[in-house]
Amino acid sequence: MSAIGLIWANLQRRKIRTYLTVFSLLVAFLLFTVLRTVAVWFEQGIGDTGGADRLVVTAKYSIIESLPISQRAEILAVDGVEAITHMTWFGGNYQDPRNFFPKYPVEPLGYFEMFPEYIIDPDQLNAFANTRTGAVAPAGMLEQYGWQVGDKIPIEADIYPMSDGSRLWEFDLVGSYTTEAEGGPPPVFLFHYDFFDEARQFGQGSVGWWTVRIGDPERAPEISSTIDTLFENSLNPVKSATEDEFGRQFAAQIGDIGLITTGILSAVFFTILLLTANTMSQALRERIPELAVLKTVGFSNLKVAMIVLGESVLLCALGGFLGIALAVLAAPGINQAMASTGLGLFIIRWEVPAIAAGLAVLLGVAVGTSPAWSANRLSIADALRRS
Amino acid sequence: MAIVDLKDVHKSFTKGRERVEVLLGIDLAIDEGDFLALMGPSGSGKTTLLNIVGGIDSASQGDVTVAEANLNRMSGRDLARWRSSTIGFVFQFYNLLPVLNARRNVELPLLLTKLSGKQRRRNADTALEIVGLSDRAKHKPGELSGGQQQRVAIARAIVADPPILVCDEPTGDLDRETAEEILDLLGILNRDHGKTIIMVTHDPKAADHARRTLHLDKGQLVTEVAA
Ligand SMILES: Nc1ncnc2c1ncn2[C@@H]1O[C@H](COP(=O)(O)OP(=O)(O)OP(=O)(O)O)[C@@H](O)[C@H]1O
Ligand SMILES: [Mg+2]
Repeated sequence: MSAIGLIWANLQRRKIRTYLTVFSLLVAFLLFTVLRTVAVWFEQGIGDTGGADRLVVTAKYSIIESLPISQRAEILAVDGVEAITHMTWFGGNYQDPRNFFPKYPVEPLGYFEMFPEYIIDPDQLNAFANTRTGAVAPAGMLEQYGWQVGDKIPIEADIYPMSDGSRLWEFDLVGSYTTEAEGGPPPVFLFHYDFFDEARQFGQGSVGWWTVRIGDPERAPEISSTIDTLFENSLNPVKSATEDEFGRQFAAQIGDIGLITTGILSAVFFTILLLTANTMSQALRERIPELAVLKTVGFSNLKVAMIVLGESVLLCALGGFLGIALAVLAAPGINQAMASTGLGLFIIRWEVPAIAAGLAVLLGVAVGTSPAWSANRLSIADALRRS
Repeated sequence: MAIVDLKDVHKSFTKGRERVEVLLGIDLAIDEGDFLALMGPSGSGKTTLLNIVGGIDSASQGDVTVAEANLNRMSGRDLARWRSSTIGFVFQFYNLLPVLNARRNVELPLLLTKLSGKQRRRNADTALEIVGLSDRAKHKPGELSGGQQQRVAIARAIVADPPILVCDEPTGDLDRETAEEILDLLGILNRDHGKTIIMVTHDPKAADHARRTLHLDKGQLVTEVAA
């Protein structure tokens, strides 16, 4: 037996109490790891594209308003703009509303030129460009839904019926695309804008938003404001931002996630602090004569204090470790659930568990300091008299 | 030279405004190898005196020299180390750690030494053998009788081979027969292992096992009876 053995044995004294405390700590640290991961991901902006040389141009007042296709030539003419393409929110469901993934009508060639990070076989891209009812999807989506190139993919429209009133759109899957990035591309189903525009019942000649490539990322603020000014007094004023900024703005609309998670976590940790502190002070109180015995047989005040502190740190570290481990183990499952929402991937960056682990130790120290101090000052004769 | 030498030791406690004089000038010399019984009415200061000799309480006044160390001058930390090598404590209610089995309880004082884990266990087993409890090494205190627990406590007291044992009513919680066994054991430790023993007791039969008996009354040693 070592001092650690002694600390460990002490934790076994009231097994139920130890288990309950460890379980509460586990839940707190599981929450911490999950919520911080989500917060970090929002802080970086949704769909971290790294596209500093791309601007997203949306309708000024609402991203769900559409824009006239006639803006293309004007935007393209702005100094510094190199390329432009557009996307539109189609909505719609594949079989079941739970199979949620975004579906965009796009310009096949323009789209893949704009987003070189999406990799597609040139022959398939060609087929996409030349098939009016053609569509492509991320390789992962083919796998998920068991699609094969050549399949017909039925999508039930909710926003855009076809001109004959039918809500059933059918697309021919002609290819798939991937990325080198971790987790693959966002799950977006792409089909031919020309077919969409011609076949839809209303809204002809409009697009959802523009994506614009600029030559010099440094000029992004200037070019954005030029574009915004261009349409300021038109029927369709716009708002431009780099993709990263756009992601952040979008996240900001959802709410200040960082602040919310900080709030939740503060409450959780405050509770856990009280709970663990209570556990530790109870553990101390019922053990005063035993601590006196340790001192009697020669343990110094400092050693006895360290044993008490060690117990609290071990308790918190154990709960912290289990909570973090559970979050890491659950990540693939969460990912699978998130994949179908199109919001992105739940990837736990190493900083989050590292901070959580540090926090666990800190919590142990915070909670153990006061009992350790009492243990340090405990007078042997007084304590023995009480037993 | 006496292994325990107290000169004009006073002890008082202050509780709020009240000052309780518990020891009023104790002069006491105990030779190495002695077995001393300390008797006296409840509240006379026996435990207090024992605690001072054992270095877990300090005198308010007077000189305390035990095993050639002047306890008045020692820091808490030095005193702790000194205790671990010099004094073995035995209490009325055994004071074992309930979460540790017998062997680990006995091993406890050795955690402060440089002995290897293996050596510590071996020494603990030897101490358990001396008190006749080898077969209970894995039992926790809750699984042992009072007499057995006191044997474990005695094993813990001797495991680091200290020259002095201080025992505060070691048989106070035991029946006659078990008490006799414990007292015989202390006798053996005194006779065969050369331990100097100071034992507080209320029981004249227990005191009979000692070489001599001192009486404490109202903070003073009153008579000395040679056994
Ligand atoms: N920390 C303390 N504060 C105040 N008074 C104390 C303290 N410790 C001991 N006393 C008092 O000192 C006196 C002697 O106590 P002590 O425990 O030494 O007696 P004792 O002879 O061992 O008695 P018993 O036979 O009942 O064990 C008692 O009156 C007790 O109340
Ligand atoms: Mg007493």
